[in-house]
Amino acid sequence: MKLKQLESLLGEIQQFSNPKIQLEQYPTGPHIASRMLYTAENSFGDVSGKVVADLGCGCGTLGAAAAILGAEHVTGIDIDPDSLEIASSNAEYLEFEMDLVLCDVKNLGWRGQVVDTIVMNPPFGTRRKGADMEFLSAALKHASKAVYSLHKTSTRDHIKRAAVRDYGAESAEVLCELRYDVPQLYKFHKRKEVDIAVDLWRFVPRSHRENDV
Amino acid sequence: MRLLTHNMLSSNIKGVINGFPLRIEVEKVVEKPVDFNPDFLKNMFSKIEWKPLVDASRTMGYAELPEEADASMLDSHDFLQRFHHALLELHLEEGALFCPETNRRFPVNKGIPNMLLHEDEV
Repeated sequence: MKLKQLESLLGEIQQFSNPKIQLEQYPTGPHIASRMLYTAENSFGDVSGKVVADLGCGCGTLGAAAAILGAEHVTGIDIDPDSLEIASSNAEYLEFEMDLVLCDVKNLGWRGQVVDTIVMNPPFGTRRKGADMEFLSAALKHASKAVYSLHKTSTRDHIKRAAVRDYGAESAEVLCELRYDVPQLYKFHKRKEVDIAVDLWRFVPRSHRENDV
Repeated sequence: MRLLTHNMLSSNIKGVINGFPLRIEVEKVVEKPVDFNPDFLKNMFSKIEWKPLVDASRTMGYAELPEEADASMLDSHDFLQRFHHALLELHLEEGALFCPETNRRFPVNKGIPNMLLHEDEV
């Protein structure tokens, strides 16, 4: 599938109707989502035929992109039941399969590393300090192959240090810098649209399989 | 929810030592056919806890998986098709999951398990 095709399919996804600021709910636009998953698939082979999880999936845009690109199984996790309802109807409308679990990412009770690849657009941690780190820590615990995530460019050094030193990433690499258009969703937004520089990261978790061999 | 997801979910309540597997209570199961991908199944086999998958699929009304399985069975097309059906095509639509240690009930509605914890469980 071509990148443009993926982007236009994702454009049909219904986004939050009443975004919740305490959860930092910002829609992952089709531009960013398509590039993120397209890179994961075409540069690294991390999507097609894989088990993928979307942490903080919201309306399911990243999970949808993974399913469209041939992920064998996708599980979306979110703490907000309203978002999961939208994600569920998106899956029905675009005719892809996605398991959904209502759960707080920081209390995720998952056995081992059944998941190959985790994709996520976590909260930036601006409303609640450390929310971004909870996601990163959980992702690196449960993915066996790779984690793709978006973080503010201004936090680049911090993210790299935390991933490698605290959460056991074998490598942490910024694949590209993207512009994240945050539309005026909330009353405290003074300007109509804010452009935030975000990094698209690829983390490789340390192998936990040594004991299995 | 597919049994693949069930096979990785465990109870996340504070203090629980062995929260896996969650026991399934069935109200409604739906079957959704998906493409058969033998390479994926061969790859998944080593990651799946077999006994919980057998028990879960039986609870869901599918009793065609052998009690025990080993990698040599992956050469059998028939075995792979049963594995495929149990892992990817059975969905728990309505029902609940029970934590084996605390018997806490996590409801499943419209296919979505509610694993949100109460304040005193975190």
